[in-house]
This record gives sequence, C-alpha cells and structure tokens, in this order.
Amino acid sequence: MDLNSYLVISAILFSLGLFGVITRRNGVAVLMSIELILNAANINFIAFSRFGGMDLSGHIFSLFVIVLAAAEAAVALAIILNIFNNFGSINIDDANKMSH
Amino acid sequence: MINYGIAILLLPLIAFVIQIFIGKKLPNRGDWVSISSVVITLCLSISLFVMMLIKNDPYFKIEEIWTWFNLGVLDVKVGILIDNITIIMLLVVSLVSTLVHFYSTSYMKEDKRYSRYFAFLSLFTFSMNGIILSNNLLGIYIFWELVGLSSYLLIGFWFEKESAANASKKAFLVNRVGDIGMFIGIMLFFSTIGSFLFKDLYLGVSSGLFSIDTLTVAGLCLFAGAIGKSAQFPLHIWLPDAMEGPTPVSALIHAATMVAAGVYLSFRLFPIFTPQALIVIAYIGGITALFASIIALTQNDIKKVLAYSTVSQLGYMILAVGVGAYTYGFFHLVTHAAFKAGLFLCSGSVIHAMHHAYHKIGDHSSDPQDMRNMGGIKDKMPITFYSMLFCTVALCGVPFTSGFLSKDAVLAGALSFSTQHPAHFLLALFGFVSALFTAFYMFRLIFMTFYGQPSNKKVFENIYESPMQMTTPLVILSSLSVFLFFTFPNFNPLSYEGWFMSLVKAKDSLVPGHLNPSAFEIKQEIHHAHNFAMFLSLSVAALGIGFAFLMYFSRIINPNNISKKIKLLYNLSYNKFFIDEVYNKYLINPFLNFSKFIATFDWEIYDKYFINGIGRVTENFSKVVGNLLDYKLLDKKIINGIGHLTIFSGSKLRLIQSGKIQNYLILALIGIIIIYVFQAI
Repeated sequence: MDLNSYLVISAILFSLGLFGVITRRNGVAVLMSIELILNAANINFIAFSRFGGMDLSGHIFSLFVIVLAAAEAAVALAIILNIFNNFGSINIDDANKMSH
Repeated sequence: MINYGIAILLLPLIAFVIQIFIGKKLPNRGDWVSISSVVITLCLSISLFVMMLIKNDPYFKIEEIWTWFNLGVLDVKVGILIDNITIIMLLVVSLVSTLVHFYSTSYMKEDKRYSRYFAFLSLFTFSMNGIILSNNLLGIYIFWELVGLSSYLLIGFWFEKESAANASKKAFLVNRVGDIGMFIGIMLFFSTIGSFLFKDLYLGVSSGLFSIDTLTVAGLCLFAGAIGKSAQFPLHIWLPDAMEGPTPVSALIHAATMVAAGVYLSFRLFPIFTPQALIVIAYIGGITALFASIIALTQNDIKKVLAYSTVSQLGYMILAVGVGAYTYGFFHLVTHAAFKAGLFLCSGSVIHAMHHAYHKIGDHSSDPQDMRNMGGIKDKMPITFYSMLFCTVALCGVPFTSGFLSKDAVLAGALSFSTQHPAHFLLALFGFVSALFTAFYMFRLIFMTFYGQPSNKKVFENIYESPMQMTTPLVILSSLSVFLFFTFPNFNPLSYEGWFMSLVKAKDSLVPGHLNPSAFEIKQEIHHAHNFAMFLSLSVAALGIGFAFLMYFSRIINPNNISKKIKLLYNLSYNKFFIDEVYNKYLINPFLNFSKFIATFDWEIYDKYFINGIGRVTENFSKVVGNLLDYKLLDKKIINGIGHLTIFSGSKLRLIQSGKIQNYLILALIGIIIIYVFQAI
C-alpha cells in the first residue's frame, strides 16, 4: 500500500462529505456529512505521518480532531434542537430568517 | 555649612509664600512670619560669621554644585558658594533686613496692605541671599531679576500715587537696559566655556581661551548689569525716583543691599577684568561719585539728598574696583550699608514725625520730606538726631568712624593709581572733590533739619520722637559705625588693619599676560599713598563741614547769594544736570514718536488696505467657489452621485442574501475552486 491509495480514499470521503453538506436538507444529515469531512482529514494526517516519517505527530493531531469533533457534535446537536424548537422542523432551509 | 546656606536661602522664600497667600488671615496680619524667618536667617548668618572668625582663614571656601538640567551637550550646573565675602554679605543683608523688618512694624502699621508689604520684603531677602550665595552667573542673573522685581513691587507699593507707579516702572525699565548687557556678557562667556560656574570662568580666562579684546567687551557687558543695578552714570536716574517707595524699603533695598549687588558682582568678576575694562569702570565710578555729589548739594528733599549720596558712594565702590583696590571697595560697601541704612531709617523717622504733625494740624498740602519745612527739631527727637549725626559723621569720613577707614582706603587706592598713571589724575580728583561735597551736603542736611528756627511753629509743637520699634534700629545701625567693629582686635582708629582686612584678601588678576598688577603690588602702592590720602581726605572733610557750618548754621555766608553768583552751576545741579530731560527729549520722545508713526502706519495703511484687502478678496473668492464649484458641482453631482450609486448597488446585491446556508457554502466552494484554478495557471 502506498500513500496515493490513502489520499484517494480520503479525497473520495471528503467529496462525499461536501456533497452531503451542500445537498442534504436535514440538519442531522448535514452534521453527519461534516463528520465525514473531518475523518477524511484524519486519514490524511495519519497517512502523511506514516509515510512522511513524522513520528506520532499525525496520530496526536487526529486524536485532537476526534475529540474536537465530539465537542462540535454536542454543540451542533444543541443548535439543531433549538432550531427544531423555534421552527418546528430540522429542515435547515426553513431557518432562513437572516435573509433580507 | 552648605545646609546653613540652603536654609538662609529658603527661609525667606517660605515666609513669602505663606505671607502672600494667607498673610491677611493670620493673627497680627502675619508680620511675625516674615520677622521670624529673617531673624532665624540672621542667627544662621551670625553663626556662620563666628565660624569664619574662629577659622580665621582668608582662603576659606566651600562649594556645592548640582546639575540643574542636562540636555546632552548643554549641561547646566548651579550651586552654592560660601566664602568670606559671602558670609560678610549675608550678615550685612540679614542684619539690615531684620532691623528694617522691626522698624516697618511701626512705620507701616497703618497701611492697608501691611501683610503684602512683609511678603515683598521676604521675597527681596530671598532673592538678595540668592545673589550672594550663587556660584554661577546664571543663578546670579535669575536672582538679579528677582531683586529687580521685588524692588519694582516695593517702589510701587503705594501705586495709587501716580509718581510711585511711574517710579517703579522707570526703575524696572532702566534696570533692563543694564541687564541686556549683562545677559550678552554671560552668553559671550558661556558660548566659549560652556559653563556658568565662576570656577570654570576663572579657569577659562586664566588658560587664555579669550583674546584680550573679547575679554574686555564681555567684561564690560557684564559690568553693564552692575551699572544698572548699582545706579551708575548714565543709568543712575532710577535710584532717586525709587525713593517714592516706603522709607524702610529705601534703607534696605536702595541704600544697603540691592544697589550693592552690582558692586558685589564686580568684586566677583574683578579677576577677569582687563586693564582696558578696569579703566572704563574706574571712570564710570569716579564720574558717578562726583556727579551725584554735585546734584546732592542743592536738593531740598531729605530723601533725594540721601539717594544722590548713595549713588555717589556706590560710585566710590565702583571706582575702587576700577583702580584695583576692590577689597577696600568691599570694605566701603559693608560700612556704608550700616550707616546709610541708618541715615535712611533716621530720615524715615523724621518724615514719620513730620507726617503725623501735618496730619494733626490738618495740613495735607505741605511736603513732609522737604527740609525747608523742618528745622530745630533736634531736641524734639534726640535719639533720631544723635543717631543721624553719628551716621553723617561716618559718611563724611571723620576719624573714629568706620566710614573714615573705608573711604580713606578707597581714596588711597584712587590716589595711588593716579600717581602711577599721571594721565589718569582725574580719578583721584573725582574722589577727593566728591568727598568734599559729601561732607558739605550731609552737614547741610543736618543743619537744615535739626538746627535753626522751626519754619512752622504749629508743626513744631506736634513733633514727637518715634516709637521704640523705630528708634532701636537707628541706635544699633549708628553704633555699628564705630571703627572698632571693623578693626577689632586693632585699636588704632586711623588704620584699617583688623579682622576684616585679614579675612578679605584680594585675588590676583587672571587675565593672561600679567597686564594687571598683582594684588600684592596694588596693596604696596596703596600703602605708600595711604598717609597722604588720609591727610587730604581729612582736610576736604573738614573744609566741607566748615562751609556747611558757615552757610547753614552760623549763617555768615548767605547760601542764596552764592547760588545767585553761580546761577548756571546752581541750576545745573538743582535740575540734576537735566539728565532726565535729555533722556526724555533725545531718547524717549523720539522713540515714542517713532512708535506712534509705526502705529499709524500699521493701522492706517497696513491694517486698512492690506489686511482688510486680503479679507475682502478671500470673501469674494469663497463666494464664487462655494456657490459654483462646491455646491453645484461637488455636492450635487459627486457627493449625491456616490450616495445614489451605493443605494442602487445595495438594492441589487442584497438579493444574494438568501439566508440559506447551503447557498453560501456553494458560493464559498466556487470561490475556492476559482482560487485554485488561478493558482494552477
């Protein structure tokens, strides 16, 4: 296995995540897509760490990313809960009060 | 000992600050604040003086130098210098000042600005001590202006009187003339040496940093300050007018201390004066001595006589500096301070009595200072009379008095100079002739005031001796004119050797090239001339007193006949040689006319046509510009145009603001892709 295979996997994962974020209307689904993007980044970190001879730095970074993702998920779910309370749905297109 | 100096300097300043701000509210209108500060100053000066006598070291000197401010190259140092001259001067100033303070408590009792008067006296004492203690020219210059200020304030103390207000202005302005010269002199030295300290000045001169010509000019510039402050010809005109101030002030400032500041400065600077400068100084002193004594012969105002007498005696001191006998000049300064302050205070006592007598009989038009209104009051005011008589005797130079010793020494100096340089025989002549006149006018004053018939019986009956606060200082000052105070432990009344002469030693001239004789040579020459000078001065004094006796006591010679015979000379003297008139006509009036012309030009032509013209042109121009360019073009088209553009673009662009997050994300993504594409290219 070489570095390229990992990068290709991570790119596919990133594109899927981005696609999800842009197309999904369901707030929870958008969150899940964001997790995909973060994990794509994690794969990159570990792959570069493994093949770039950077000791364990990459692993440490990805651990931090995972922890941050957990925290982010908690905050984002709270936001979605509030959206649901205010608008009666979790469709993010309904939450468009900021338009002119 | 430096601490003593600092305390002596600062105590009167503290008293001044207290008095000027809260003096009126203090009990007894605060006079005790000033008095206690000046008494402590006196005690400190006396202890310094005793220390000096015990040490008995003519070269004693301590100095403390502080950096005032430092601006890179410019490093300005100030400090305090205490040597024998300083200590003696401090004692003179604080003693006379203390006596004047006590005297004033009675003399000024009825004045409504009593506390302010004492505040000014304290300010003066502070500044005078500052001059004495400074070890540098800058410090002296600062305090020099401060004594000028306090003199101005005190001369104009009764500023409701127009003559007093004018006299104070005159004193201030005339002094400025001298001070400009002094400032130029200080800067001439400073620009080469880079320091104001006397020490560096002496060092710079003796190491030949200056050419003889520069040194002459710079020395004379500095001396110009002394001409102004010590009222030397031709700037003497302010001192007689300064008598408009309260009499104790005349005694303190305009007889004993401030006017001696110029002489004191000349002592400090003596080592740097070149022979050319010294000759000029000697002539200025000699001319002043003679000139003022001639004017004093015919004056009728008791204070004017004393004022011209002061000018004349200051001329003696300057003459002594000029002929190199400056320690004798200093001796004369000290003895003169005592008896002249005494004379002024005595005249104050007489004026006080006359004033009250006139007040009592309801006469407000007669002049209480005019000697023609006095006469015969000897037995009415015995203490004043005997004090004044003794001071007069001292001033005339009669043996057994201090004035005899010092005047004799100065005259011996002038005589020895003239014998060595016969071309300058006039200097000795000036000295002896004015000694003759001095004896004459002083006894004329005594006879006119205290002897003869009273001119007004009613006034005469209402004259009483002044209260004790006023007579005690008189007695103290006149007793200080006994020779023994200055010659101790030498009991010979005809020789000035004593503690004073052994503690005040002349310095050698520092001018390079041995142009001036050394202090030792001068002393030898004066010693040779001494006996002859003593003989001459005694004869002229006797002659003067004799003439006064014949003319004003026994009335064998009628003074009116003589004045008629020499009408021209009499008028010249009586009108003070018309100096004021000449200044008015040839200096002040042309200047005023010139100023008026300039003012007219300024208003009529410059202001009316030029300044107003510019105004009008600007006004019209701005109308055109404002209307056409600003309003029509800039405001309407450009400013409003920008506003319209913003509104238009805003209304279109806000459509992008959909509120849908995913729209924004797509836009961001497109943006990133565009950036990548451009980077790749």
